[in-house]
Amino acid sequence: MSAQDAFAAALLDPARPAPAGLTDPAGRPAGARFDVYRNNVAASLTAALETGFPVLRRLLGAEFFAAMAGVFLRAHPPRGRLLMTYGTAMPGFLEAFPPVAHLPYLPDVAQLELARRQAYHAADAAPLDAGALAALPPDRLTAARLRLAPALRLVRSDWPVAAIWHANTTPGAPPPGTGAQDALVTRPGYDPEVAALGPGEGAFVAALMAGAHLGAAHEAGAATPGFDLTQALGRLLAGGAITGIEEESA
Amino acid sequence: MSHKTMTTLAIAGAVAAAVSAHGTTAAQAQEKVKCYGVSLAGENDCAAGPGTTCAGTSTVDYQGNAWTLVPAGTCEEMDLPGDRMGSLEPLDRDLPEQG
Repeated sequence: MSAQDAFAAALLDPARPAPAGLTDPAGRPAGARFDVYRNNVAASLTAALETGFPVLRRLLGAEFFAAMAGVFLRAHPPRGRLLMTYGTAMPGFLEAFPPVAHLPYLPDVAQLELARRQAYHAADAAPLDAGALAALPPDRLTAARLRLAPALRLVRSDWPVAAIWHANTTPGAPPPGTGAQDALVTRPGYDPEVAALGPGEGAFVAALMAGAHLGAAHEAGAATPGFDLTQALGRLLAGGAITGIEEESA
Repeated sequence: MSHKTMTTLAIAGAVAAAVSAHGTTAAQAQEKVKCYGVSLAGENDCAAGPGTTCAGTSTVDYQGNAWTLVPAGTCEEMDLPGDRMGSLEPLDRDLPEQG
């Protein structure tokens, strides 16, 4: 093992001794200094997870979350240099973490918090002037594809994921109801917004995101009774999520 | 009128309604004051920034011996279908494998 490998391994494993050969300016062994550094790595990654997953932290309690973060950061140390992107492995980690196995909605809550963070950091995109949409004749409208904002995220869940998120972030928000819920993250200005979608709306947005033309996406949504296309489009327009219209040349 | 034509017209109608409703809300939205740099509380409030913490100087923080803990947050208040245990019971599981 090279000195660098030994240093890195010891950094994430408190049971390992400090790497050999570390000295302070006076030439004395610097094990205690390494301990401080080692601890700050764990503490800073924990802090990054705490700021990135405030709802998970609230759901689990601060003490539990910090302890869980200690396990997570050692299993999934950062792969990139940007702490703002750290934690993408959290949903999968939660699925396999026995102490939270009785809270099966946690992975989707983590996914929604990641989606918000990704939306926050996504590139800006000027929304489409909605009039351009209304100006298309019906047959061209049906065959058109909508270009979507880079900040748009869809989280489809077997749990009331948007309601859980709101109940833990908005004072006075009602307790979550029951049942599956699809959540949409839009960023109309600078702040991401989370909305619970209506019947069929998740399938509609998923189809649009997959590149379906408006007619096919409508079909995907309308497969669920109660699908409201006006509401679905209104939500995308209000969220600044539609940035253009793409038409294939006939 | 064929089914396809009806669908096409229904889509056009829905688009027109959505665009019309959007015209009203968009005008209202422009009255909002834009706040640069104060977005998404919790992500921006790094006084010194992540990685510069002095939060801990001991090696014993954040270790596996914390697994006597159980979740103690609002998850206890969640009453969701399939949430088999409802409120939380002390867990007597083994320590997770550390990766």
